[in-house]
Amino acid sequence: MNTEARIQSENATPAAAPAEAPRTMVEAINLALARAMQDDDDVVLLGEDVGVNGGVFRATAGLRQRFGLQRVMDTPLAESMIAGLSVGMATQGLKPVAEIQFMGFVYAAMEHLISHAARMRNRSRGRLHCPMVLRAPYGGGIHAPEHHSESTEALFAHTPGLRVVIPSSPRRAYGLLLSAIADPDPVIFLEPKRIYRAVRHPLVDDGQALPLDVCFTLRQGEDLTLLSWGAMIPECQRAAARLADGGISVELIDVASISPLDMDTMIQSVRKTGRCLIVHEAARSCGVGAEIAAGIGEHCLLNLLAPVRRVCGFDVPMPYFQNENNYLPNTSDVVAAAMELMSYNGE
Amino acid sequence: MAEQGTTNRQFSIEYRQYLDVQGKPLGPLPPDSSESDLLLNAYRNMVLTRALDKKAVALQRTGQMGTYAAALGQEAIGTAIGYAMEADDVFVPAYRDQAAQIIRGVKLEEILAFWGGSERGSDFQGPRRDLPNCIPVATQISHAAGVATALKLRHPGQVVVASCGDGATSRGDFYEGLNVAGVWQLPLILVINNNQWAISVRRQYQTASASLAQKAIAAGIPGIQVDGNDFIALHDALTVALKRARKGKGATLIEAVSYRLCDHTTADDATRYRSADELNEAWTREPVKRLQSCLHDNQLWDAGQEQALQASCRQQVDQAAQDFLSREPEAAHSMFRYLYAEWPASYAYQEQLLEEKLARQSQEGQQHEH
Ligand SMILES: Cc1ncc(C[n+]2csc(CCOP(=O)(O)OP(=O)(O)O)c2C)c(N)n1
Ligand SMILES: [Mg+2]
Repeated sequence: MNTEARIQSENATPAAAPAEAPRTMVEAINLALARAMQDDDDVVLLGEDVGVNGGVFRATAGLRQRFGLQRVMDTPLAESMIAGLSVGMATQGLKPVAEIQFMGFVYAAMEHLISHAARMRNRSRGRLHCPMVLRAPYGGGIHAPEHHSESTEALFAHTPGLRVVIPSSPRRAYGLLLSAIADPDPVIFLEPKRIYRAVRHPLVDDGQALPLDVCFTLRQGEDLTLLSWGAMIPECQRAAARLADGGISVELIDVASISPLDMDTMIQSVRKTGRCLIVHEAARSCGVGAEIAAGIGEHCLLNLLAPVRRVCGFDVPMPYFQNENNYLPNTSDVVAAAMELMSYNGE
Repeated sequence: MAEQGTTNRQFSIEYRQYLDVQGKPLGPLPPDSSESDLLLNAYRNMVLTRALDKKAVALQRTGQMGTYAAALGQEAIGTAIGYAMEADDVFVPAYRDQAAQIIRGVKLEEILAFWGGSERGSDFQGPRRDLPNCIPVATQISHAAGVATALKLRHPGQVVVASCGDGATSRGDFYEGLNVAGVWQLPLILVINNNQWAISVRRQYQTASASLAQKAIAAGIPGIQVDGNDFIALHDALTVALKRARKGKGATLIEAVSYRLCDHTTADDATRYRSADELNEAWTREPVKRLQSCLHDNQLWDAGQEQALQASCRQQVDQAAQDFLSREPEAAHSMFRYLYAEWPASYAYQEQLLEEKLARQSQEGQQHEH
């Protein structure tokens, strides 16, 4: 068999996929992309190595074979162009889903995202708009080379007009990506690559979307509200379980849409528990945690039994991987901070 | 104004090659190539680079190294850069330039450290002014133009050599850097390692331009295409370009036409997107064997020397690997030490947070042991 034929047969989707199958996050993303493309001819994919190679993380595997060269475009290597193309395509009714190979290479695209994608609807008073999605794997913990491990989601969250969405499970990746693609405005969809393949969850490929702009309460609790997103969610789940062993009841919320923030859900929870701990991998200063803490401070002052706390990355670039574990927040960091909040007595 | 139908400008791109794929001269060789030991040293460096790459890939496969970008099949390019440059010139690499870096005085252990997850790999003990590896594709080209501007102002006669890939020529930084190098007549030589692939994207899908060298024309600088597997041709083109730049006559773009015989990096699997036939065909043009044959034909090399060289290269890379593996990781606090000239006082509490984190980690480690 020649390479081309072999590639096609390897990437072919099995004809009768089981209704419910255990899926990793990256498989769920692949399924959501395929579903969106099947349901809507306007959805097109573009990016570096998304075609014949199926993406460096295999998120687009098999899609070029299935939907053709015109809908799955391997672009020249230029992120600014990828974002600019997407803006232009989107103004003409296409729904581009662009992949930036790693979040660390998105910065050349920022001008188009900030100055155009985020503003097109507003500046044309609704005449034009930008139904585009920009996907990028992000975050640390996989021993990747320099520039492959940062978490700079706050840069996007600080830009009015963009939605910023981060899944933390296969199911939410599937459902949120479908919504992101269907959304009439630009969505930055950040994929925590450390948990791309960490777990398999049963998933039905039924086209069922999950809502944007809302949090997901993963665990109900009475003593402390734990707020996080992305690859920190599994750390927080472990922390919550450990704390439960010690008799501390944690309410764990996956923020998921870090812009716009669903402050209502978070405020309701903190009003109930009286304690708030925010966990993110990104650097502390001006991180999304700061915005959440401000919102909690503004609305929950009289409910708080302890100061709002953050467990975050340090205010440094992500160290190369020999030291990345000394940077990344982990389960124990979360447990320790939670215990401090529980024993806070005003001193 | 030009009359209708007249040709305003015409351009051509030279292709330079001295050795055929068997290492036989196609004509008279340039005078430089008979300089004492140049070809022998070049050959030794290419073999050493290949040995280093092999070692690094083996370390990665056994979990002792991070992702690694080998230069298999492209060793002549960096080697020619290294030998064409003077010590006080500045090299601005991409991330596949170990062949040049070794000659510049970057230690093998430093190269391993960079890919092995330690910032110390960029603290070159040798070439203190060379820039570190640059992973965001093409961005180094703008920096190289800036370095060239600094040299022009402060150290006339010194030059910058920068490197990039074929994929990099699609980015704005490539055009922007070349453009300013043209207008300002900067002492900058940009070498494109055209290894035909940007991960899975073929050169043909990167640009409709017939050559990459002709991108120089729009910037108003000379552009030349060179057989990138022919050390002699590369060294000759570089020598001419560097002389020109030293005299204040400006920048040159050199497209080195080669082939990536390895995967893009250890994280890649090239069998997904290219055929074994294509790869096998490319092996017939590879640079190391070609220079070896040339040396052999000129009675400059024999089997005994080859054996000794292979052994010595193995020994050097084994030693480097050992040094790399036995070196303790930097202390966690190093993440604060080098961020600014001085760590801001208002961030001091973060050192405290790190201290507490480390204490928890070591406590858990101990619990784990018991
Ligand atoms: C700005 C940017 N975008 C994407 C990447 C991911 N990436 C790393 S290397 C590469 C291909 C580069 O191809 P080329 O310029 O031909 O250099 P080669 O690796 O072939 O030497 C890509 C897309 C990156 N490092 N930087
Ligand atoms: Mg290339």
